[in-house]
Amino acid sequence: MANIISDETIEYVGILAKLELSDEEKEQAKKDMGSMLDYIDQLNELDTSAVEPMSHVFPVNNVFREDIVENGDERDAILKNAPEEKDGSFVVPKTVE
Amino acid sequence: MSKEYETVIGLEVHVELATKTKIFCSCSTAFGGAPNTHTCPVCTGMPGSLPVLNKQVVEYAIAVGLATNCTITKNGKFDRKNYFYPDNPQNYQISQLYLPICRNGKVEIETEQGKKAIGIHEIHMEEDAGKLVHDEWGDCSLVDFNRSGVPLIEIVSEPDMRSADEVIAYLEKLRLIIQYLGASDCKLNEGSMRADVNLSVREVGATEFGTRTEMKNLNSFKAIARAIEAERERQIDLLESGEEVIQETRRWDDTKEYSYAMRSKEDAQDYRYFPDPDLVPIIISDEWLEEIKSRQPELRDEKMARYAKEYELPEYDISVITSSKHMADIFEKTVEICHSAKKVSNWLMVETMRLLKEHDMEAEDIKFSPENLAKLVALTDAKAINSTVAKEVFEHVFEEDIDPEKYVEEHGLKTVNDEGALRSTIEKIVEANPQSVEDYRNGKKKAIGFLVGQTMKEMKGKADPGMVNQILTEILEK
Repeated sequence: MANIISDETIEYVGILAKLELSDEEKEQAKKDMGSMLDYIDQLNELDTSAVEPMSHVFPVNNVFREDIVENGDERDAILKNAPEEKDGSFVVPKTVE
Repeated sequence: MSKEYETVIGLEVHVELATKTKIFCSCSTAFGGAPNTHTCPVCTGMPGSLPVLNKQVVEYAIAVGLATNCTITKNGKFDRKNYFYPDNPQNYQISQLYLPICRNGKVEIETEQGKKAIGIHEIHMEEDAGKLVHDEWGDCSLVDFNRSGVPLIEIVSEPDMRSADEVIAYLEKLRLIIQYLGASDCKLNEGSMRADVNLSVREVGATEFGTRTEMKNLNSFKAIARAIEAERERQIDLLESGEEVIQETRRWDDTKEYSYAMRSKEDAQDYRYFPDPDLVPIIISDEWLEEIKSRQPELRDEKMARYAKEYELPEYDISVITSSKHMADIFEKTVEICHSAKKVSNWLMVETMRLLKEHDMEAEDIKFSPENLAKLVALTDAKAINSTVAKEVFEHVFEEDIDPEKYVEEHGLKTVNDEGALRSTIEKIVEANPQSVEDYRNGKKKAIGFLVGQTMKEMKGKADPGMVNQILTEILEK
């Protein structure tokens, strides 16, 4: 494997993704990420200088909606997804700026 | 001798677009609904929901780009900006990093120092976040997603500004362009226009920029000016005492006139942007661009030229009235009804501006209808009320949009045009004040003022002062 992922990188990526990994999981993740990067390196061997960068996998563009209100008040249904609700709102741990 | 410093300022301006629906779902954008009543699976970030772009958002963004001399990106797309915060239900914000819809624009501003072009680096489209309310009693926060997914454009300037004056002039310019386009009402106090100030200082003559800070939570032009002054001083003090400016985001507290660090570079976010696979590319054809250009409404400069020609108003009047699209609309509709441009202009320019200032309101907050202002002009034209009464009535028009005709009728404010009744009142006043009469006849012409005052008082302010003067002079000169 050409790409070696350091402990620091796994730690950092874990923080960004808000994931707490056990030591075994970290080792597995290091291996997985290394092989993913190896695969990308392999793709990079191709000469793509004459190819337009693709921003979407389907050959579709300009899918729009007209600016018309269609949704009504779905609060009760939406709040069913809240682990906890209060005063018509989602309850989350206190956030202080 | 102390060193001389130059302030370098760039702005990030967020503007909420005036669409009826959100950027990626057909929920209402109406302001002030009960919490979470304008939400759906898309704007609350439910798994499996699919965002679909509101075409009007693209058209408003292009219109603003064209009006600010930008190049429009013909092949655009959206990217995901990843971060965790409870007001951001998807754990990413859909925004544009790699291919913003508008680039390389500029607007011309004018300050006491003269004219200057301010560069626009880019304008991109993105979605707004929800609103967090902190529960004062419980140990929790409450999230309202009504604002989540409301369309925004972010206008990023080049670091071309050097003073608070230039910043204000630039913001005013942007605000007018966007209001005239109808793309947003741009109210700073309601948050439909929000400006973050990036500021650094450097010694005059230096070619490199200093380390900059970003200032947030600026809700009025005054707050922006104060924050710029305070941040300039803070950074100069640091440099003078041999310390370094730290690149960080600071939050301005306008009541304390002080800012504090929100987050510094050490825990700077790594947003890991990548193209949003839920949204397909946006291709803007020349035909589409032409169509948007052809629909562009009259902008301020064109309106000013037309007012000079069509209404023959003085330049000063025109600049005051057109300083707000809303005020200009009221002006035009009122003149359409009553056909006295100069009189309508005077009401807007003098009394309306005075009352706005007194109530700490912006021109966009004007509530009265053109119909009622036109009625007031008609009443004064017909000399049915005098100017003092008219001003009093106007205050009620301004505050409650009352019908002036009814109001005058109900409060018995009509000018007494019955010359006989007026004459007999004046005769009584003259009789009761022999001293003033004598003074007047002995050459103290000013004494007439007192007699006019007494008459007006007797008539409860409802007499025509011109007529009172005329009759009084007639009697005194006898």
